[in-house]
Amino acid sequence: MATTYRTCPRTGLQFDLKAEKLMRWNAVAGVLWLLVGGITALLVILTRWPAIKLLPADQFYLILTAHGIDMLILWIIFFEMAVLYFASSTLLRCRLATPNLAWVQFWLMVVGGIMTNVAIFQGGSSVMFTSYVPMQAAPHFYLGIILFAVGALIGCGVFFGTLVVAKRDKTYTGSIPLVTFGAMTAAIIAVFTIASGAAILIPTFLWSVGLIKEIDAQLYRMVWWALGHSSQQINVSAHVAIWYLVAAVAFGAKPLSEKVSRFAFLLYILFLQLASAHHLLSDPGMSAEWKVLNTSYFMYFAVLASMIHGFTVPGAIEAAQRKKGFTNGLFEWLRKAPWGNPVFSGMFISLVGFGFIGGISGVVLGTEQINMLMHNTFYVPGHFHATVVVGTTLAFMSITYLLVPTLFKREMLFPKLCQIQPYLYGLSMTVLSLVMMGAGTLGVSRRHWDMAFSGAPFQYEWPGAAYLMMGLTGIFGVIAVIGGGLWIGLVVLSLLFGKKLDGGATSDKPTPIPDQSAAAAASGTGSQEHTNVPGTVVLAITLLTCFVLYYFVNWKYLSEVWGLS
Amino acid sequence: MSAILPPAERLWWKQPIAGQEWAWIGIAFVWAMIMFIMMVYWHINGKQNLSNEVYKTTTEMFQAKTDAFVKENTIRTETDQQIPVVKPNAKGEAFLLARLWSWYPILELEAGKTYKIHLSSVDYNHGFSLQPTNINIQVIPGYEHVVKMTPTKAGTYAIVCNEYCGIGHHTMLGRIYVK
Repeated sequence: MATTYRTCPRTGLQFDLKAEKLMRWNAVAGVLWLLVGGITALLVILTRWPAIKLLPADQFYLILTAHGIDMLILWIIFFEMAVLYFASSTLLRCRLATPNLAWVQFWLMVVGGIMTNVAIFQGGSSVMFTSYVPMQAAPHFYLGIILFAVGALIGCGVFFGTLVVAKRDKTYTGSIPLVTFGAMTAAIIAVFTIASGAAILIPTFLWSVGLIKEIDAQLYRMVWWALGHSSQQINVSAHVAIWYLVAAVAFGAKPLSEKVSRFAFLLYILFLQLASAHHLLSDPGMSAEWKVLNTSYFMYFAVLASMIHGFTVPGAIEAAQRKKGFTNGLFEWLRKAPWGNPVFSGMFISLVGFGFIGGISGVVLGTEQINMLMHNTFYVPGHFHATVVVGTTLAFMSITYLLVPTLFKREMLFPKLCQIQPYLYGLSMTVLSLVMMGAGTLGVSRRHWDMAFSGAPFQYEWPGAAYLMMGLTGIFGVIAVIGGGLWIGLVVLSLLFGKKLDGGATSDKPTPIPDQSAAAAASGTGSQEHTNVPGTVVLAITLLTCFVLYYFVNWKYLSEVWGLS
Repeated sequence: MSAILPPAERLWWKQPIAGQEWAWIGIAFVWAMIMFIMMVYWHINGKQNLSNEVYKTTTEMFQAKTDAFVKENTIRTETDQQIPVVKPNAKGEAFLLARLWSWYPILELEAGKTYKIHLSSVDYNHGFSLQPTNINIQVIPGYEHVVKMTPTKAGTYAIVCNEYCGIGHHTMLGRIYVK
């Protein structure tokens, strides 16, 4: 299988040209779905904004279904395919295993994505992202997702195959890089996720065409969430890998400890799969014991993993900066960070937003009893816009500022706008998440067309603060859509009209990664290399303080509602 | 020397972990355990725990039970639709049925008394969202969930449906009176 390699003159990264093409097409497909998702986001926002209420109910639910599917599945997983190919063939400097099969991945995902969208926009499949039975969508709604998932599974297979190729061709020595390890974590979780998806969506498809009579509604929820939530865990692993990647590229940062970071990824593999349980905390079908054990991701070991990454990523940056001489006070390393570089600023907002807003709210929401205060309220989408959007999408956006020059060989246009974009998008999305959670705390429902309940036999008036929160949701939602649209515009225009950059020298053979262990052995022992990271310690303690306070405030809220037993 | 290259130390798993990292891992681990124990503690000492009493049922069976409950205990009807207002008997058993798109019937409870409320749906998933006190419970067809509730304060409460159940979802508003 002959292929050609080129070495990017700006980054030194080596690309297998066949893999490179696949990365580009997958990334571009992702961006196009993000565009669809962004347009639907605007329509959703403008309808939930009580002062505007743009769409009628039927169109609102249709658009909301499309928004969920196109963002949570299509945009993110297409982009993740590009990340998987990058983390394997590019970082390991080897050829991509079976590029033809990788094209099957791409086209299956394209066909599946379009099929599901056709089903949604035909109008008979407004069943939401979750498609809980016995509400039924058109058969091609399920079939499209199944095809898409088969494609994604093939992509994971190509990734694993590429790891084997690199090992066999000896393109690296020792262990795979941490970023590749993180991507591997994502791929392993993806296999589990897709298997769960098959276990529930194939029967559901057969039910929709009449071959199966009934699917138990509780069973559906349990198995579906092993797809629905675990797929978000793929994102967590992928964007944590990207945080490490950005820290490495922007600062030359080295992990504080390979052992700790890899162990944290391992905890994800072991425990994240239990996450489906925390969608079922207020369900009738599971016992309290089952809920307590599973919702905590088995005693919070996966949360522990995220808290470890939350320490080691900024810690690695701090250590790298301190070695460069930014050693004054606690935070000179952070103040003197390249805040004008969107690759870094986007990544750092992603890190802080994911940790402080998404992480804390997620654990609180996922506490067995506290869940009853928030289950199915607007708090839930508030939480996951902090994790999936501020966390994953913003991390993907920030890495794109690096990928456009190195992968697409184009210079980004409008550098000033590129500098602003992560702030505009990241900060407005952070505020959006907060005000959504505020509305949810006051009880406002998610997936609900009308806060005024027009046509209901009674009236219920939400508190004025809930209307205020929903108004702010509208305002910051629109700003966030502008920030996201700006990114799409910048990327698409740069790909089309940006200055073409030199692709670098090509060769028929990959150049292996030089063995560094000899140099490292000469440069001193590991233990002396440790740099103290006091600034990161302060950040981590701040996070923990917020976490503890907010956690117990919610127990206090819970103690004030009706007695339940 | 960085996260995108193989670890410089071939035997990276033998490298010592710095004190600050150990400290953070220790703190995070202790916090994780506290959060875990909190849920168990609340089951022993807390007053808000979701009931474990659940029965498999069918839509017909649950409909029949609810109809019998309404027939025996209705005290008046309200609105143009003649929705029955039902006061549970001395044993405090009550049925609340979710359907497209209403909560049936209206319940009248007393503050401080404990009721066994049987919750189920006869069609899709629905969401029991009691406002303004903000208690949210998933209601699933085929499962009869017996939730013990003790209202704390008199007032008129709304039951919002907060699980999407189709085009009339936003009209699905129920009511509970607490005297």
